[in-house]
Amino acid sequence: MDHVDFSLVRPEIALSLYAMAALMLAVYTSKDGMARFITWATVAVMVVLAAWIGLCNLPEGTAFGGAMHIDAFARFAKVTILLSAAAVLAMSDDWMVRQGMARFEYPILITLAVVGMMVMVSAGDLMTLYMGLELQSLALYVVAAFRRDSVRSNEAGLKYFVLGALSSGLLLYGASLVYGFTGTTLFTGIAAAATGGHLTLGALFGLVFVIAGLAFKVSAVPFHMWTPDVYEGSPTPVTAFFATAPKVAAMGLIARVLFDAFGGAVADWSQIIALLAVLSMFVGAVAAIRQTDIKRLMAYSSIAHMGFALVGLAAGTAAGVQATLTYMAIYAAMNVATFAFILGMERGGKPATDIEDLSLIARVEPTRALALLVLMFSLAGVPPMLGFFAKFAVLRAAVDADMAWLAILGVVASVIGAYYYLRIVYVMYFGAEREQAQLRGGPVAWLMLVGGAAVMVLGVVNLFGIEGAAAAAAQALVP
Amino acid sequence: MGNLLSILTFLPIVAAAVMALVLRGDSPATRKNALWAALIVTSVTFLLSLKLLTGFDASNTGFQFVEERHWIMGLNYKMGVDGISILFVLLTTFLMPLTILSAWKVEMRVKDYMIAFLVLEGLMIGVFTALDLVLFYLFFEAGLIPMFLIIGIWGGKDRIYAAFKFFLYTFLGSVLMLVAMIAMYRMAGTTDIPTLMTFKFPSESLSLWGFHIVGGVQTLLWFAFFASFAVKMPMWPVHTWLPDAHVQAPTAGSVVLAAVLLKMGGYGFLRFSLPMFPVASMHLTPFIFTLSAIAIVYTSLVALAQTDMKKLIAYSSVAHMGYVTMGIFAANQQGIDGAIFQMLSHGFISGALFLCVGVIYDRMHTREIDAYGGLVNRMPAYALIFMFFTMANVGLPGTSGFIGEFLTLMGAFQVNTWVAMFATTGVILSAAYALWLLARVVMGQLTKDSLRAITDMSAREKLVMAPLVAMTLLLGVYPSLVTDRIGPSVAALVQTYHAAVAAAPASE
Repeated sequence: MDHVDFSLVRPEIALSLYAMAALMLAVYTSKDGMARFITWATVAVMVVLAAWIGLCNLPEGTAFGGAMHIDAFARFAKVTILLSAAAVLAMSDDWMVRQGMARFEYPILITLAVVGMMVMVSAGDLMTLYMGLELQSLALYVVAAFRRDSVRSNEAGLKYFVLGALSSGLLLYGASLVYGFTGTTLFTGIAAAATGGHLTLGALFGLVFVIAGLAFKVSAVPFHMWTPDVYEGSPTPVTAFFATAPKVAAMGLIARVLFDAFGGAVADWSQIIALLAVLSMFVGAVAAIRQTDIKRLMAYSSIAHMGFALVGLAAGTAAGVQATLTYMAIYAAMNVATFAFILGMERGGKPATDIEDLSLIARVEPTRALALLVLMFSLAGVPPMLGFFAKFAVLRAAVDADMAWLAILGVVASVIGAYYYLRIVYVMYFGAEREQAQLRGGPVAWLMLVGGAAVMVLGVVNLFGIEGAAAAAAQALVP
Repeated sequence: MGNLLSILTFLPIVAAAVMALVLRGDSPATRKNALWAALIVTSVTFLLSLKLLTGFDASNTGFQFVEERHWIMGLNYKMGVDGISILFVLLTTFLMPLTILSAWKVEMRVKDYMIAFLVLEGLMIGVFTALDLVLFYLFFEAGLIPMFLIIGIWGGKDRIYAAFKFFLYTFLGSVLMLVAMIAMYRMAGTTDIPTLMTFKFPSESLSLWGFHIVGGVQTLLWFAFFASFAVKMPMWPVHTWLPDAHVQAPTAGSVVLAAVLLKMGGYGFLRFSLPMFPVASMHLTPFIFTLSAIAIVYTSLVALAQTDMKKLIAYSSVAHMGYVTMGIFAANQQGIDGAIFQMLSHGFISGALFLCVGVIYDRMHTREIDAYGGLVNRMPAYALIFMFFTMANVGLPGTSGFIGEFLTLMGAFQVNTWVAMFATTGVILSAAYALWLLARVVMGQLTKDSLRAITDMSAREKLVMAPLVAMTLLLGVYPSLVTDRIGPSVAALVQTYHAAVAAAPASE
């Protein structure tokens, strides 16, 4: 361990130091009076870090004896995580003030969760993986229960915590099995232990438990039970956060483990991932149909989207990883923009989340309704929106890996899923006459919503150049 | 102009975006501006598309006006037209100004209505000009969005059911095509349509999950494309979305749906199924013939029983599309010439018939046949035009309807006499339902009190009809206007198709 190791993880160190400094500052001054300042400072720090990681050619390599991999893959995931976290923080500031919930702990907890995520996507060792995951999770348990006076919010936090602890247990059990049968926790060591393209039975057993634990974090079926309740119960900005950055990080982590540690035995895990993908796509699509609460609907929507992202990983190729990364970046952008809309929904000063509250809202709020329309079609995967290209990429990866059946099941699920996205469009544009919710929200949320919708349409020109970055990232993981 | 096709495609879309940004509110002035802007844009698009016709070299069977650029994900942005597609582009640009004019009296959210139509026009032109699989798919699918909104927002009483049915039916058909496209990309290594048209997809029989599949991979791909085009066309038995969508759609929406959107299915068969999967097409020709014959006879009978005018015309559309599929899969010069001709002609005739229904619907707000009768007494001009298009729909010689039906029947007769025979009964049946409709709505004594004050067509309505009458007559008496343009490309298609079929291993 020398200064080279530390210089590789400068962004993580910087963000941790910032979190501590911000905590000190707030505690020793006016506490919640500093909330808004700290929120915006956090946004600024995250954007600067994202630019630093994304644009400056930071050194790459492995640090701490292989426990952390700083490569193009980590860079892509970190930029996505930082930007989506910053976007969610920025657009929820106005909501927090309106609801009287502007507390300084919130941005700091989010910052700590982001540090955890950055560690996750760079993990090169089962221990690093677990450290990052828990740092993220503990912060998220707290923010889920952030609305202390609300029973729903407390319930959400508790549920998330209990089930999260269970999944951590599964993960640790799997990790210990893997360690026991391969003799190391380093990914490179585990990879070396897989000879002839197959794992030993014990290590395979461990891998199954590791995947189960990680599947919980991306809420892949059958480990999705917590998602709707936690999404519904948590304060909306927290839900928005859950739906974006942690999903990117967890998906990045799954890719890391599967390819860095078990990349030599693709055939052993590809079927498991494919099964998770199919179940997620179908359960997400079918269960969302009957939802009346837009936050619950978004929960099932994200389950279905995780299924699609897993299709790319199931392919087990570099093209598949590239597709999954592209998918996650587009998914995060769509969700940030959609939640920017949901954050604005209000009835009598209280947040409203009933889909019927949107009845004919296109008449009074044409611009926002149009933006949500674009986002809904994008989520449904209808061209020319970016959501289509995300789906196209993973389907192509699946077909290229001789998994045409997976692609066919995927498109069937996407047709079922299209129904509920269309239903929101229908309610907004030609639903029944009913008293609408008001749409509130400051200029930042408006900008995120309309900007997000514009991105979905204009991205068709060149995907904003993320293709090259995603390809480089996939290359780093699957040489 | 080296990028004429891109201009044609994106001019309406850009204009729609500008309208969305510039026009505000819903005041009468805004409505007028929106209508005029849409009319001007569609007219300019039409005038520009005429340059396509003048610059087109019919003897060249390759693609012309080609533009190509690199796009994302290894795809290309490639556009071009050949003899098969060029007239569909012109059909679209020709009909759009008339569609806009027909919607002149709409009151509700006029600006949004016009924007939806402009976007739709751009996307439809894109479908007919795209020369990259994914680009084609993009335009093909994106067209669902404006149409979903047009039916949903401006439609009739049961518009919600109709809009959802329309969207989900066509979406399900298309996504299977998407998987097939990806598979084709994997096999051929390109999404370039001209290259794929010469690529030989494997056609050796294979066995899958215990099923013996004649034609192998080609057949599987063929069915995936068939799922999309058959729904779009629509062919029996997947036609049931069409009557619902037509009845609920506003008049202008029905016109576009019948005149242009349905043609995408036929165009798809010609562009993809025949040239790319010739062996599978050959094996499945009896299947298509059966469906076509059933469509022609069955839906004509169903049309006879309708009490709603729009539904009747919708079923008549399904029957007429039966001639098109029959002609396409006859796979000879007359058959395919006739199929394209029938599609163009149906574009004018069914569009005009829906406009005719729209004229009286605007006055009486009902489409029930029983609510009318003896309109000739109060509306002589209307009666004349309605009669003209009824005759054209029946296929009276001298109108374009006759040429299309005759050519497809002739093409089919050479291949399969039985199909031609059943299809010919459709001619009689179409005379039955169309003339009976005419008799019940227009002819006879004016006995209903509600109709006593009905007024004849306004100058605007006549103006909309005039070009359609002219085109129907012109193509009826001078069909080589069309066949000269499409002939060489069709001949090339027929030739490569038969060469590929001959080269294929004999079926076991």
